[in-house]
Amino acid sequence: MEQPIIVVRDLSVGYGDVPLLRDVSFDVRPGEIFVILGGSGSGKSTLLKNMIGLNEPMSGSVMIDGADIVTASGDERRAILRKIGVMYQSGALFGSMTLSENVRLPLEEYTDLTSREIELIARMKLSIVGLGLFTGHLPAEISGGMQKRAAIARAMALDPMILFLDEPSAGLDPITSAELDALIKRLSRNLGVTFVIVTHELASIYAIADRVIMLDRRTGGIVAEGDPRKLRDESTDPWVRQFFNREPAPIAA
Amino acid sequence: MSGSRVLSFSDAVEALFASRGQRVRRAVTALAVSDTPDGRRVLALSGRLDATTIRNVWIEAREAIEAAIGRPVVVDAAKVDYCDGAGITLLADLVAQRKPGDVQVANLAPRFETMLQQVDPKEIERDQDPEAARRGSVEEIGAIAAGMGRDMRDQVVFVGETAAALVYALAHPASIRWKDVWRICERVGADALPIVALISFLLGVILAFQSAIPMRRFGAEIFVADLIGLAMLRELGPLMTAILLAGRSGAAFAAEIGTMTVNQEVDALTTMGLDPVRFLVTPRVIAAVLMTPLLTLFADLISLAGGAITLTTFSIPYVTFIHEVEGFVDVSDFMAGFVKSFVFAILIAGIGCLRGLQTTAGASAVGDAATRAVVSGIVLLVAVDGLFAVVYYVLDI
Repeated sequence: MEQPIIVVRDLSVGYGDVPLLRDVSFDVRPGEIFVILGGSGSGKSTLLKNMIGLNEPMSGSVMIDGADIVTASGDERRAILRKIGVMYQSGALFGSMTLSENVRLPLEEYTDLTSREIELIARMKLSIVGLGLFTGHLPAEISGGMQKRAAIARAMALDPMILFLDEPSAGLDPITSAELDALIKRLSRNLGVTFVIVTHELASIYAIADRVIMLDRRTGGIVAEGDPRKLRDESTDPWVRQFFNREPAPIAA
Repeated sequence: MSGSRVLSFSDAVEALFASRGQRVRRAVTALAVSDTPDGRRVLALSGRLDATTIRNVWIEAREAIEAAIGRPVVVDAAKVDYCDGAGITLLADLVAQRKPGDVQVANLAPRFETMLQQVDPKEIERDQDPEAARRGSVEEIGAIAAGMGRDMRDQVVFVGETAAALVYALAHPASIRWKDVWRICERVGADALPIVALISFLLGVILAFQSAIPMRRFGAEIFVADLIGLAMLRELGPLMTAILLAGRSGAAFAAEIGTMTVNQEVDALTTMGLDPVRFLVTPRVIAAVLMTPLLTLFADLISLAGGAITLTTFSIPYVTFIHEVEGFVDVSDFMAGFVKSFVFAILIAGIGCLRGLQTTAGASAVGDAATRAVVSGIVLLVAVDGLFAVVYYVLDI
């Protein structure tokens, strides 16, 4: 089997002294679409923040393409960050720049391409997320769902090996959301991009996820791992089955 | 032109990353241009096409297409090992150089071909959403003037709203959110003590020292005490305190309320049927009105102390200084300054809140709001201080 591209070992994360997740370990294989699931407050976004080096974990390691992002600093850290792209839950576009400028920024900083070529690449990235007609708009001038798509375009600007997406389809209509799923699948299958996605959207999980892990607040760890369809049909954990089958909690009569 | 020649090697970037200890992919990106006997131009691309490797290839390929006027062009991608989004853009750009069909991409690996199919070269080639052209200078000046007029109107309306909210608050003290008021009092008042002390002490020392030197030539150092007492209590104490307040709290109010506006917290208050002015502005104005006069009093005292300490070096003991100030400066002088500080407090807090509520969207808008709060706060201070001077002169206070 191929070497995993992300190796998380014994990772404990949380805020202050209280761990939210304890001793979590899992691998992400190159080119796969890996989904992190869990109820709200189970630490999905916190886990993501630790995987991309924004928060320092309480203990454990996160190896990205062979280098530990937890201990790396300076040039070593920049080399790791160059391999990843991140889309934040809120989009986090730079408000004073147009969409095109947002996407151009990493290209201008990291490549030696001329401004015309950078412009074309930025337009291409925005066009594949369906925003070809809005390149000159400011983030405040477009809707929340569009901001999200623009943020994905910015995360893809340098064609990183790994894309981290925090709730990419929240706030999108079903059609746009399905288009986004198709885009993720194309990038993964054709260009070998690895995706780590935090999402709740069951439809999109079944459509694209190769593997999921499921976090649980009660145990502070992973309760289930594997193919989402198998988990739905075969898991012995009632909570996991309930989640995948979208059943409400039993109501006491 | 016939035969084939290699035009470029762009592995400089790879060398750069190699020096940073990153894994290096040894696939050199290159372009070979040749012409077939039937008149077609062939651009053979090879290696890895990504954002860090394609710069020279891109420029040369475009030049080669331009040079082959009227002849069909084939871009042969058989030897392309990898092609990411930037590489796809390069191919789409080459296709768009001529009318459809004239430039064809051949032998591209199917997985990259799928990506290329997703891209409409036309859409990329033309800027479909150009930024609006700047207005002409006359139009710009007109727009700014109109904006200033609107701004003036907004300020008047806001002063009215704030006054109404304050009157309502005084009539219904239970409606005031006192917890907020005390919290803001601490930040506006107590937390400002060190900086107010520093500046007013410095002001006292400087005034004393700089005026004592020329006065000494007339043997009139003793009158420096009168000068400091009058200048600080009537004018500089309240004014410096208010300017510090504008820089510290006015800007803070604008940034805080501005961020709340951007985050739709103000909208949330409005849709709950709660008046943002009552919730956000009233507590801040009340806190400022309670604290600013106290800070002014403090500034007056500290600056007098600064002056007194300085004058000891001119052989004027503390007792003499105090007697002199007592004899020359009376309560009406102190009150003239003290009353002003109430008005300044309302101005600074009000304008800070107004700028916050006017915030549009985005991070820079919050910065603009804070800047505008400080600038218009200080402008208003100067204007109102001048007004006070006229009124006091007429009333002979």
